[in-house]
Amino acid sequence: MIVKLNNINKVYGQTGTETSVPALNNVSLQVDEGEYVAIMGPSGSGKSTLMNVIGCLDKPTSGEYYFEDKDVLRLKDRQMSDLRLHSIGFVFQSFYLMNEENAIENVALPLSYAGVPKKERERRAIEALTRVGLADRVKFRPDQLSGGQKQRVAIARAIVNNPKVLLADEPTGALDQKSGAAIMELFEKLNSEGTTIIMITHDANIASHAKKTYRIVDGKLYHGLEQEGEDEEA
Amino acid sequence: MLENLRLAFRGIWTHKLRSFLTMLGIIIGIAAIIAIVSTIEGTNQQIKQNLIGSGSNTVDIQLYQNDWPCDMSYNDPPYGVPQISDDVLKDIRSLDEVKSASKYTSRQIYDGVYYMNNSMNGGYVKGVETDYFETDNLTVKKGRLFTADEVADYKKVCVIEDSVATDLLNNEDPIGKVLEIGGDSYVVVGVVATRSTFEPTINSISDYETYMQDESGVVYIPISDWPISYRYDEPENILVRAVSTDDMTAAGKKSADILNGSINPTDDTIKYEATDLLEQAQQLQQLSSSTNSMLIWIAAISLLVGGIGVMNIMLVSVTERTAEIGLKKAIGARKGKIMAQFLTEAAVLTSMGGVLGVVSGIGLAQIISIMSGTPVAISWPAAFVAVAFSMVIGIVFGILPSHQAANLNPIDALRTN
Repeated sequence: MIVKLNNINKVYGQTGTETSVPALNNVSLQVDEGEYVAIMGPSGSGKSTLMNVIGCLDKPTSGEYYFEDKDVLRLKDRQMSDLRLHSIGFVFQSFYLMNEENAIENVALPLSYAGVPKKERERRAIEALTRVGLADRVKFRPDQLSGGQKQRVAIARAIVNNPKVLLADEPTGALDQKSGAAIMELFEKLNSEGTTIIMITHDANIASHAKKTYRIVDGKLYHGLEQEGEDEEA
Repeated sequence: MLENLRLAFRGIWTHKLRSFLTMLGIIIGIAAIIAIVSTIEGTNQQIKQNLIGSGSNTVDIQLYQNDWPCDMSYNDPPYGVPQISDDVLKDIRSLDEVKSASKYTSRQIYDGVYYMNNSMNGGYVKGVETDYFETDNLTVKKGRLFTADEVADYKKVCVIEDSVATDLLNNEDPIGKVLEIGGDSYVVVGVVATRSTFEPTINSISDYETYMQDESGVVYIPISDWPISYRYDEPENILVRAVSTDDMTAAGKKSADILNGSINPTDDTIKYEATDLLEQAQQLQQLSSSTNSMLIWIAAISLLVGGIGVMNIMLVSVTERTAEIGLKKAIGARKGKIMAQFLTEAAVLTSMGGVLGVVSGIGLAQIISIMSGTPVAISWPAAFVAVAFSMVIGIVFGILPSHQAANLNPIDALRTN
């Protein structure tokens, strides 16, 4: 068990006041090593909040969260940083690459925070870029790459530190269909190589690539993709 | 750290114009300070060089009466001032600060040195021992110096300065020529180089009065001949050569004390005093420094303004790079890393400003030098301190923006994009 959420609630604003907004409602989720999970939901459903909680970027208002055996709610800011650095790889919709830096430098960024020496950083960055199929673009800067290639660089950056979980937030949201499909192929390949993937998306087609799917509606998490009843009210 | 430096240089390079404008405050402040310091330093060195000459380190200890050197041309020798004994001379020579010391008698010449129909106006006749030439760092240009035997045997020989050979002897070969000195005939045996080899820079009448002691030349005769050509029992002076320039004051004071202990004048305004050029130089230097230290304070205000400019731009930069900071924090950069990155950038920015400021300050000093005639001396320690100080400004004024960057919430930071 890598990720274990028990009855997570997240309320924005002061609890119990008129301004309070519940974003997550008694969410429980377990992800095992090697799984490929998709969480699908429309915007405003709380899926970004869930992703922030899973990614140790945000702490829930109540509930329990264990990452491996660590009680995330008890971690200090610095320990959360270290956990993100060593155990979680992030992939975002809009890549967040540094435009002045080439692919190697972008990918090597987490390694430099982990204190890996320069030579070793470069070697591992090239290795990660090779895994995502960009071996021939390692010296390119983001503005010299297509959208799909940029997302591959971002994925290489996410896996370079060999994280326990790859956390992807709308990884194909900014890509055309073809590039998006290629990214999905890459995810399947990485998953088959042993990477645990949690993907958050609003697109049912994309979500269907995962081996296990969840839906999130109004802060509540449901198993499976099709549960018409509650949908209509959302 | 290296990674931070690389990022800092890249960031500065990406926004060349903005970075330069940000640095401008620092550049102007540092340039002003370097220019002022260089000018002060140059003026000081000039004062020192003009007064002391180029390092012969000699201190003249003369007998004074009422703050004026005792000149025997129109006066009788004062009571209670004996000739300087060998013991006194030995005491002076054994001082730690003294390299060598030699006694002499001297007269300013108004009339009384002749060659054929020419007479010498101005200048001095000095009665000296043979070791005087070495103490005064005089070099033989022609002929020879007189010997100890010649001194002991009252030989009427003399050594003249180069300028005397030119003016009095009309450029004739002076060796073997006969001069009339104090009514006696002296044979010229040698020529020494004119002592005042430096050319003082004269910018004003006060400079002229400070530097232009009328020395149109010196004629040296054996001290043993002095009573024959001039008078018995004239008080003697001492020329002391200090071990180093910094020892000049001490060497002069201590020698004067020893000499004053050996005399017992009835007129108590009579005493030996060292012509302390170093002290005079230092007084003049202090005067020039104190007027300029005000200017340095004004320039420092410009550095403060420059620092605030850096802080302002760094805050803008943090806002602009919110997404980048958010990403870095999301992928696991600790607060300290983000803080270090922005502090490094601020420090590199202001250090570059410091270096450019030093360079333009040196240029500015050269321009001032050309326009006003004051010399400049580039002070490298000051330049180093200026760059280090700029770096400190960057760090101090970078703290607030860096702190702000380090404390950004990654969720909010990523959402702004």
